[in-house]
Amino acid sequence: MSSVPVPASRLPTQTAISAEIATLHQDPRCAGAAQQRPRLDFAPYRSSLTRHPTKDLHHVDPETIERAAPCFGHWDVDPLEADLTIGHAGEPIGERIIVTGRVLDGHGRPVQGQLVEVWQANAGGRYVHQGDQHPAPLDPNFTGAGRTLTDDAGWYRFTTIKPGPYPWRNHNNAWRPAHVHFSLFGTDFTQRLVTQMYFPGDPLLALDPIYQSITDPEARGRLVATYDHDVTTHEWATGYRWDVVLSGGTSTPLEQEDDQ
Amino acid sequence: MRLAPTPGQTVGPFFHYGLPYDGDRNLVPPGSTGSIALHGVVLDGAGVAVPDALIEVWQARPDGTVSREAGSIRRDGWAFTGFGRTSTGRDGRYVFSTLEPGPTEPARPAFWAITVFARGLLDGLFTRAYIPGPDIDIDPFLASLPHERRATMLAQPGDRGYRFDIRLQGQDETVFLRFDGSERRRP
Ligand SMILES: [Fe+2]
Repeated sequence: MSSVPVPASRLPTQTAISAEIATLHQDPRCAGAAQQRPRLDFAPYRSSLTRHPTKDLHHVDPETIERAAPCFGHWDVDPLEADLTIGHAGEPIGERIIVTGRVLDGHGRPVQGQLVEVWQANAGGRYVHQGDQHPAPLDPNFTGAGRTLTDDAGWYRFTTIKPGPYPWRNHNNAWRPAHVHFSLFGTDFTQRLVTQMYFPGDPLLALDPIYQSITDPEARGRLVATYDHDVTTHEWATGYRWDVVLSGGTSTPLEQEDDQ
Repeated sequence: MRLAPTPGQTVGPFFHYGLPYDGDRNLVPPGSTGSIALHGVVLDGAGVAVPDALIEVWQARPDGTVSREAGSIRRDGWAFTGFGRTSTGRDGRYVFSTLEPGPTEPARPAFWAITVFARGLLDGLFTRAYIPGPDIDIDPFLASLPHERRATMLAQPGDRGYRFDIRLQGQDETVFLRFDGSERRRP
């Protein structure tokens, strides 16, 4: 975004980027369960070129501090912060939606009372950010940032507006699929996760180098929410369900026995 | 039961109105008794400053105990929560006002646990900023690293505290960590 703009004619085409993605997906190093995470070195996402580590991540056993996580409480988060459609003079433009789900650890246990943060573009695909040059209107009634704490069963729930897709300068005619950015904490600092939630059936997913940087189709599919009519509310909002699983999690002595 | 983890994605360029908050970088008020700076610069593989990175720290108290206090988002000026967050400036620099952490395990050197997020970085990275001291040479993890790699994890003491530069790529690339592949069991 801060780089010198390149004339559109000199940027690679979507066809070229899609071909690069297809080639990397066929790379045997990208096959199988090893690619549950995005590939940090994923050239179709041009900004990754100089920002990815070239050396392997070094395996280490977490120490005490890393097996704990920061505590957030009701002092930190106002319940109203989970509703992104309020707090302005009027109603925001767009499709009102509910996004809800559970935050679980790798053992399926709920992550309780932990912080979930979201930020997103408005219905027109525009962020309230100085760096966003997309010529779509700002919405005076929508900022697009929210926070909440998970409940005892790990549930979070946001009311918001469905974000629009937006153009970016990765390549010519590059468009990000509609998404909500999520930031999550677990019971261990090692579970810290920043990711993006997408919407089902979005044709831009297939074209997006950020989404496609997760080369395992099942793994990247876990970033796509499900339309859930039981979350949809009568004459108010449509509903999406999206659960988040944080890697690992500290085993309890009881589960050590179960694991054996 | 084992559930497959949700993959990460880049924090992108537009996190500045979503994640930063008032007082995010001040774990203690700057200039208060015992306060030190933990600061540095984030650089890419070309040695260029990264102006859109988000850095977080999570640390023990000076006595090595782990805070269980809430209040990292709404700082009351008294609670030490052990967590801080900041975004780099145009020059790639970041700074925290904090306390020097103590070691959380016997005969292990103290460190700040650090996460790095940035546009162009497809997933978050973990590292540690170690406080140099005699335990550095006997720590089994640090001893397992080549000497020049180990140096990238050592915070440099200075007038106001410690400096810890983060190099995402290149010759003197910071050692980044992964914790998976091992069951994390409480002792
Ligand atoms: Fe975005």
